[in-house]
Amino acid sequence: MADKGYLPKEKIKEFVEALGKDAAVFAPCLEGDTIIFRQYSPDKEISLDRPANTPPKGAIYPQCETLLSFEFKKEADNPQKMDVELKVNTDFPKAVVFGGRPCDARGFTVIDRVFVNTDTADPYYKKRRENTTIVTKCCNAPVAGCFCVGVGGGPAVTEGSDVVMTEVDGGYYMEAVTDKGKAVMSLPMIQDGASYEAKAKAANEKATAAVRNPFPAGADKISSELFDSGDFWGNVIEKCLSCGACTFLCPTCYCFNITDEQAITTGERVRSWDSCMFQHFTLETSGHNPRPVKNKRFRNRVGHKFYYYPEKYDGAIACTGCGRCIRYCPVSVDISEIVGYLRDPKADPKAWAAEKKDAKN
Amino acid sequence: MSTQKLKEIIKQVLPDVETVICWQEGFDKLNVTPIFITSPEQADKVVWNALCAQNLASYLPSQKKKVAVAVKGCDSRTIVQYMQEGLIDRNNVVIIGIPCKGVISKKKVQKAIGNEPVEDVTFTDGSVKVKTPSGEKTFAIADVCPSKCTSCQFPTPIVYDQLTADAIQSDKPAESVYADVAELEGKTLEERRAYFLSQFDKCIRCYACRNACPMCVCQDSCIAETRDPHWITQKLSLDEKLMFHMIHALHLAGRCVECGECERVCPMEIPVAKLKKKINKEMKELFDYTPGVNPEDKPPMYTFNVDEAKIKEHKL
Repeated sequence: MADKGYLPKEKIKEFVEALGKDAAVFAPCLEGDTIIFRQYSPDKEISLDRPANTPPKGAIYPQCETLLSFEFKKEADNPQKMDVELKVNTDFPKAVVFGGRPCDARGFTVIDRVFVNTDTADPYYKKRRENTTIVTKCCNAPVAGCFCVGVGGGPAVTEGSDVVMTEVDGGYYMEAVTDKGKAVMSLPMIQDGASYEAKAKAANEKATAAVRNPFPAGADKISSELFDSGDFWGNVIEKCLSCGACTFLCPTCYCFNITDEQAITTGERVRSWDSCMFQHFTLETSGHNPRPVKNKRFRNRVGHKFYYYPEKYDGAIACTGCGRCIRYCPVSVDISEIVGYLRDPKADPKAWAAEKKDAKN
Repeated sequence: MSTQKLKEIIKQVLPDVETVICWQEGFDKLNVTPIFITSPEQADKVVWNALCAQNLASYLPSQKKKVAVAVKGCDSRTIVQYMQEGLIDRNNVVIIGIPCKGVISKKKVQKAIGNEPVEDVTFTDGSVKVKTPSGEKTFAIADVCPSKCTSCQFPTPIVYDQLTADAIQSDKPAESVYADVAELEGKTLEERRAYFLSQFDKCIRCYACRNACPMCVCQDSCIAETRDPHWITQKLSLDEKLMFHMIHALHLAGRCVECGECERVCPMEIPVAKLKKKINKEMKELFDYTPGVNPEDKPPMYTFNVDEAKIKEHKL
């Protein structure tokens, strides 16, 4: 099996349909002006023109999934007694994530550390992850908000992908990264690609140079004093609307809620994405809420991605710089700007406090 | 011109208020972002141009102290509606009114420039020039504005304490306001249902539309999340999405000030405002009421008359 190939643009549909022979293919599909990862079917139009509005995260980690279904049943010989019958399904079909970007693919590696590479792996995510092949399209150019090179990524990094494809000469130069990827390369429409390798490399270098890095060299440590300053968060995040767009569009956010959705005697225990931006996120049964205001919630979001997660996982950042949270934020909150302040070696927490006008009555 | 005047007014009112809410340049040239000004130096950061689409009046009910806010004509309807519903104390708000000839829909511009990164944006009267790595493109603001601007009746704020420029009159016919709803009404019920289902199918339940809506007042008791009562589940089904959007629309019957924030902020580009506008049209026909226009009005759903002139069914 070759690990380098070339796919002409006009064969994309044929390629995707071949991938779909024994797998569910999730691809960026155009619906109106929106590009959404959907399970591909021939009536859908694939668009690789720009990064999709949503990341492909849901293909492996669905926004909502049934962990188990349950049914309360009366015992036949003792009708006063109820039994509960549970059903669990972890028999997931093979899948392919096609047309995500390198930041999207890296997003899965962030979730892997929590859900797979641990003593208590999540069986649902793990099984889907094992069953999924990731065919990633490298970016020719950044779009608004992107900053992948600032968080260890890049428009052509292969981490998390099984195959990466780079746009060259009316088609795509394809390179297998893993054994799973090599299997994809054996499909008949993939042509010999060795002659495109140099061009692809040049295109990827050009794209990499075009991406902004919001963090100055050497500024990689978050100031704990500033991070702990209430005034800082009050100032930078007053405009936040506390909606969940940033978290639900994020390729790395993995926090979830579990609820029992029951009707009379049957129901499902579902796991659904939760957002740390929501007021209910940390609401406790007692009524106490440790993060009752948006400043504290936003601090947690930044802290989780750039502070706590790196502390726990050898410096790995839980952000891949896809820029969606910046691009689609209703009020243009820029997480890279905020992390830039936190990392600025010259940052003076007192300056942030001083900017707040003396309280008036 | 009026940016300079805006800065002057901000510096002038700042001693009397805790904060002035305005816009400043955002993460790139095509984006502006709110700024909460507490010192005169910050006033120099403010911008006023056609990118200032966000309705800043939405922040008012959450402000605890006296604030000033910059508003366009359409945004001022939010303030009027807040006054009608008792959601703000007018004495605690200084309104800096900005006469506006139309704003830009960022989504429309991005689409027109093929989603390239924006290097620069400049404005000349009535048009905008956008520079990207592949060149410059100029658009008439009328071609890239949100639909609300095409039928704007209130280019000058309805209520204000200071104006940054001379008041301007609307040149759009009053009948144009609900022209887009008429298109929807031309469809059969089945077609409308299919249309809205296909749109709401894109919803990711992020609730940006709800949180950006100035008139959404249920806050943390929203049906979307409350478990008691348990109106809708956390499943991602189309039924749940439709239920949320229908309730959102119904809660805004005769209250929606048509600022278009719900639609502007939707990351999935769902035309969320359409349902609300249709309901507003019905409310206009039934009660001859336009939300957010007269501070002395009472929203029709806040009161009732035993004999409603246009509701015959209630007559025994």
